[in-house]
Parts: sequence; C-alpha cells; structure tokens
Amino acid sequence: MSEDKIKATVHSLSSLERAGLRPEYTITVYTENQVGLLNRIAIIFSRRKINVDSLNTSPTEVESVHRFTIVINETEEVVRKLCRQIEKQVDVLKAFYNTEDEIVWQEMALYKVPTDEIAEKVKVERLLREYGARAVVIRKDYTVFETTGHREETDGLIKALEPYGMIEFVRSARIAIIKDSSGFHEKLKTYESSAPGDELVENGFLNQQEEVFTM
Amino acid sequence: MAEVKELIKPEIKEDVSTLPPCGIDGAVSGSVAVLEALIAEDVETIFGYPGGAIMPIYDALYDYDAKLNHILVRHEQGGIHAAQGFARASGRTGVVFATSGPGATNLVTGLADAMIDSTPLVCITGQVFAHLLGTDAFQETDVINITTPVTKWNYQVTDANEISSVLAKAFYIAGSGRPGPVLIDITKNAQLQLFDYKGYTKCTHIRSYRPKPIVRKEYVEEAAKLINEAKKPFVIFGQGIILGKAEKEFAAFIEKGNLPAAWTIMGMSAIPTHHPLGVGMLGMHGNYGPNVLTNDCDVLIAVGMRFDDRVTGRLDKYAKQAKVIHLDIDPSEIDKNVKATVPVWGDCKETLPMLTALLNKKDNSEWLQKFADHAKEEAATCITPELNPTSDELTMGEVIKTLNELTGGNAIIVTDVGQHQMVACRYAKYNNSKSNVTSGGLGTMGFALPAAIGAKFGAPDKTVVAIIGDGGIQMTIQELGTIMQTGVDVKIMILNNQFLGMVRQWQELFMEKRYSFTNIQSPDFVKVAEAYGIAGKKISGRPGLKDAVKTMVDHKGSYLLEVMVGKENNVFPMVPQGCSVSEIRLK
Ligand SMILES: Cc1ncc(C[n+]2csc(CCOP(=O)(O)OP(=O)(O)O)c2C)c(N)n1
Repeated sequence: MSEDKIKATVHSLSSLERAGLRPEYTITVYTENQVGLLNRIAIIFSRRKINVDSLNTSPTEVESVHRFTIVINETEEVVRKLCRQIEKQVDVLKAFYNTEDEIVWQEMALYKVPTDEIAEKVKVERLLREYGARAVVIRKDYTVFETTGHREETDGLIKALEPYGMIEFVRSARIAIIKDSSGFHEKLKTYESSAPGDELVENGFLNQQEEVFTM
Repeated sequence: MAEVKELIKPEIKEDVSTLPPCGIDGAVSGSVAVLEALIAEDVETIFGYPGGAIMPIYDALYDYDAKLNHILVRHEQGGIHAAQGFARASGRTGVVFATSGPGATNLVTGLADAMIDSTPLVCITGQVFAHLLGTDAFQETDVINITTPVTKWNYQVTDANEISSVLAKAFYIAGSGRPGPVLIDITKNAQLQLFDYKGYTKCTHIRSYRPKPIVRKEYVEEAAKLINEAKKPFVIFGQGIILGKAEKEFAAFIEKGNLPAAWTIMGMSAIPTHHPLGVGMLGMHGNYGPNVLTNDCDVLIAVGMRFDDRVTGRLDKYAKQAKVIHLDIDPSEIDKNVKATVPVWGDCKETLPMLTALLNKKDNSEWLQKFADHAKEEAATCITPELNPTSDELTMGEVIKTLNELTGGNAIIVTDVGQHQMVACRYAKYNNSKSNVTSGGLGTMGFALPAAIGAKFGAPDKTVVAIIGDGGIQMTIQELGTIMQTGVDVKIMILNNQFLGMVRQWQELFMEKRYSFTNIQSPDFVKVAEAYGIAGKKISGRPGLKDAVKTMVDHKGSYLLEVMVGKENNVFPMVPQGCSVSEIRLK
C-alpha cells in the first residue's frame, strides 16, 4: 500500500470535523464481567477531561461477556485513541466506535406530569400518538408517560409537556446495535484459542476496508 | 415518599480470625498459597514491609525463609522502588509486599513510576477482612480504586480459592506484552482461610488480553522500502529494545543499514555507548546532533519508544519533513503523539529481524558525518568545558568521567532525578544492556537509593553505583537502614550542589534567578552514613577526586561518597520547554 493511501484513509476528517464540530460517536465495548472494570473504563475519559454523554452496561448474546455502550462527542482521532486505550485494558475484549448512521439506537425516557392538568388541558390521545408515547402509570395525582426513540423524539415530548408542569423527567443511556456486526460468538472463539487467529490481527490501517470499523 | 435507605450488608459474616494460618489435614492457608505461587514463578527476592492486614502472609513467610529472600525495607516506597531496580537490572518481575491502608498508599508513587516506565511488578497488599470492606475499618483504604490508574491490572482477592489463579494471571500480565505493575489486594480472611489447594499452574493465555499484536508482513515490507529509499534515515529507540530482549536484533538492524541511532533515556544501554552508530541521547538535555537532525532526516524509524514530550519538544515542529516508521508492541502508542506513516505493530524481537532481512546494505557515510560534525560542535561548547573544566569548582561531568575511568563502563548506574541525572545519562559509559536504571517517565526524586539496592539484588555480580542529588537522597535516605541490615553492596555518590539544582536552573534561565525555595540544607551525609555503619567520605576539590572515587569503587561493601560540585552550574544543551528540538540551546 502506498504511503499516500495509508495517510489518506487514516487521517481523513469528516465534514463535521472540518467545520470545527465534534461529531457524535457511539463506542461499543465488549468486556469480561469484572468488578472495577467500569471504573477502569470511566477514568480513561475523566483523565482526559472528556465528558461521557451516556453510558449503558448490559449483558450480551454471549454468557459471561458484558457490553458497554458509551456516547461521546469528540473528533474521530480522539475517539480512535480512546478506543485503543480502552482495548488496552486487560479485561476488555474489544472496542468499536461508530457514527450514528452505522448503528441502530434507542433511548428511553419517562415523564411524570400532574394528571389533572394533563386531563384538562391536553388532548392526551393526540399527544401520545404524535410522540409514540404510552402511559405507564395513571394515578389521580400524576401520570407517567414513556417514549422510546431518538433524542429528538424524547426531547420533543419534554417540550410538549413542559407547559403542563412536568414533575420529573429521566432519560436512559443509549443502547445501540451495530448494523454490520455479526455478533460476538465467533470473535470470542478466536480470543479463546491460545494461538491467536486472523481475527486478532487488528490493524486500523488495513481494517479501514472492512464494513464494520475495527481498531 | 419513602426515602431509600439501605444498610451495607456484609457478605461474609464469619470471623475467621481465630483459624490457624497453616495447613491442617492437607488443607493449606491462603498465605501459603501466595508463597507457593511465588516459588512456582521462580521468585527469590521480595521487598516488603509488614503490618496488621498482611500478617498472615508474613507468618507463613517465617517458614519459607530458606526459599524466599525477603528484604525488609524502611518505607513501602523504598520497597517498590527497590523492586523496580531489581526488575530493571535483572529483566525479571519485581515483587513487593505491603500492608493495607498506609502501607498500600505508600506504594502509589512507585506504581505510577513503574506504569509509565513499563516495569514488571507484582505487588501484594494485605486488606482488611472481607466483611469489613466499606466500613471504614482500621487501616482500610480503597486500594483497588486508588491504584487503578497506575496499574496494568489489579484485583482484590476475598477467597483463598482464587489466590493461585489470580497470582498466575498477575505474573503473566506483569511480564508479558508491554510490561507493567500489577497489584493484588488480598483480604485477611482469604490469607487465613484453609482451602483445598490444587497446586499452581502458570497462566499463558487470557482471552481478553492480547500481549502481542500479530506482525503484518506488508507493513514490514513497506517500512523496509522506505528505509532503502532513504537518503537520511535516522533511528530513535527506547526501552522497548531492552524489554523485548532484542539488543542483538537491534544492533544487527542498524549495522546492516549503517543507520545512525539515538537513544531515549529509557533506551540507554541497549547498545553500548561506544557503538559507532550510536549518535547519543535524545531529548531536552540530549545530544545536539540527534535533536537537530531529527528535523533534517527523511525517514525517522522509532523503535520501542513512545515520543514523550521531553523527547519531542514542540510537536507541531517535530520531524515534520520525515516519513515516520513506528515499531511498537503497544497499539495504543501508534499515532498517540506522532503520526506514523508506516506502523509496524508487534514485538521488536520479531519485527526487527524481518526488517533487517529486507534492508539493503548502505553506507550513509555523508549523513553519518553530519552527526559527527554536530558532535564536534557540541564537544567544543558543552562537553569539553563540562568534562575538563578550567574553574576551581568540580563539575558533575568530571565526576562521571572519573567514574567511567574506574568502572570501565561495566557498572550499573542508577540515577535519581535532576541535573545529576541528566549529566550522568549524558556522560556515563555503558557496555552492557540493563545498566542504566533511572526514573524516566515520572521523574521521581527519591528513586535512586532504593532502586540501587534492588538493582544489586537483581544483578549481584555487577558494581552498582547510585548517583543522587543532595535533594533526592533526603527523600528516601531511610533506606540506608536497608543497606545496614542486609549488608547489600551499593556505592552511593551524592553530587551536592547545595541546591535543588534542576529547578534552580529553570529559575535562573526562565524566572530571572528568583530562587524560590530551591536552596536546600543538608545534614552531614558522611556522618549519617556512619550512623548506619556505612563507610563514607566527602570531597570538594579536584586533587582528591580520582582517589576518592577509586576508594569507593574498590571498597568492600557499601560506601557513600559526597562530592561537592559547583553550586550554580547548568546542564546544556537544552531544548527549552515549548521549543522545537532543532531550537536546542548549546548555552
Ligand atoms: C518527588 C519529586 N518532587 C519534586 C520533583 C521536582 N524536581 C525535579 S528535579 C528537582 C531538583 C532535584 O534536586 P537534587 O536532588 O539536589 O538534584 P540536582 O538537580 O541538584 O542534581 C526537583 C525538586 C521531582 N522530580 N520529584
């Protein structure tokens, strides 16, 4: 591979970055289920004064393997370095980073509003339909709605409900599925064999061509 | 609305403090399992300090006296620096014992030092009973979380059944790939617990851990092509060569291509300092040629080094004209500070021979001459005045020169941090690898004395000389007690300029000589040594220098030589902070 090509593939900036903005990246980390690992991963960000937008931990399709989903706004270069630092941790199996169009993602939000206000002033049905929300609890004193979707959708319902005296609002961390991923079963098999297989040849410079970006 | 109040529910309620520590009916205590693990890992020397939470392990150690040599240090920081010195001089993993709470927190500086300098260590700390975790028990501290940023891996053991497998992992992780410190915190109940011991199996594979990236041949080929086409190739190398035990492979590589090679402070001694292709030290106080010509070469080949800011100076003016080939075992180092044109990931013991095989023999004499020319210039302005001064005051450089003459470059030189460190590293001669032990990445004052003790245990056949400033010695001077009690043979050379010299130099050069708190008073070091039963002498003039150094080198057992040097001498050349390497100042 020529040197120019290597440089071009690795150091190209996204259009957002060229405009001086930090794009949003979703980092997916496959790990052992180990006490203390959350801290080890968290301090990789805090040491560099990088704010974590959201963080979710979850089991995976493979028993004993855990999955972190982390959202941050940073340049690709920073995100790539962060992923390498994460992957360097002994108990981390693999770290990926993806842009929004490479993943399917959801966040869930809960909204608590006074029932009387809502019942009087809002066409609840319309609201629910418009925002794909559903009522989880309806009591005399308050009602809890829930939506699941992208940030714009959950934010939209906040706006709609705000005038009616929102009592409480909470949004979950993002969970995301990488569109082109074929899961972790196969990868894990290669990790488990003591002689590392091809899959272990991780090199960002060559793996650029792969559909799913691996570090 | 009900507020949630939850009490901490102790998981382990049973108080096992009354259980006997050693095996009955074939069962074995956790403490015994710890010591068996050390023996299985061929550990002979442990540096440690006892205390309440690690007493069961110390109790077991009482019966292992013949198999394990425990060195009682005077402070846990001294213990961990000694283990670092041991590891650096021997190429093996250093082992440390400390108790919980203050014992463990005293290790933190050494852990940070070992982490940044990639030194393999296994530290075992005692911890309070598992059922007391989180209760603010006596000497309980959250060691795992305190040490997470400064360990390659750490783990808390609360059940003796885990001990063997966890220690096997610890040794494997500490010593493989890019080495580093590992800390294992063992609760007291696990140390006391009797369990069915199933023997010890070494760890050779962890599924989530890939110590060595696999080498990609196409990158080696690409790198070879760049080097073969280069008119002005320049090799810069770090400790990776020493850690990878690839000294021979590296020498073969530079010799085949006639490639000029400069070392970082951590890479020093990987090739002998008199190697014809060795062009000197990189960095802030490194040699003139290597710094200036970094910004002149056309291909920069970095081997096992991490482009520390003390090496690169201003990054946006660092080797911008050059194509960069970076060989490293740690993928996260590639592109971290300097973008690589061709990254060669892998163990340099494998990649260097592959690269050498593809190199064309070249002469590069014109390019090498440039280094020689710069060396001449540096000699005239910096080196000659330092090594052959005309003033009455002694310089640090002439002391090192005298030492070279007497040890012939065969000694292990351990330095502390400051001007004396830079001067020692600039002028000391090394014939053998692993001969330069210094705190490179962290710059820890107080490192040298305990590290020298450890180095002597790691390389007992070598003369070990610690070179220390009058400031740094006082940070860990209590380790003279360790020397006294063990009788270890360490030569201590204090270069006393009556200042915290390196800080004073900056104050002189950049802060209008406002010597804010850098004027430091010292005790009579020779008397202090004497109180510890260590022979010593103080000299201040040129006439007695050679004899005094000879007396020190020839002395049977430890010796402290205090040399009074010029108070306000500066180390040059110097790349001022924020400047490019080619803006290096000769005075
Ligand atoms: C633990 C620690 N504290 C502070 C410093 C900052 N520091 C770097 S060099 C230096 C002066 C060292 O003085 P001395 O030991 O007398 O050596 P000299 O520079 O005079 O050779 C100081 C204070 C440090 N490196 N480490």
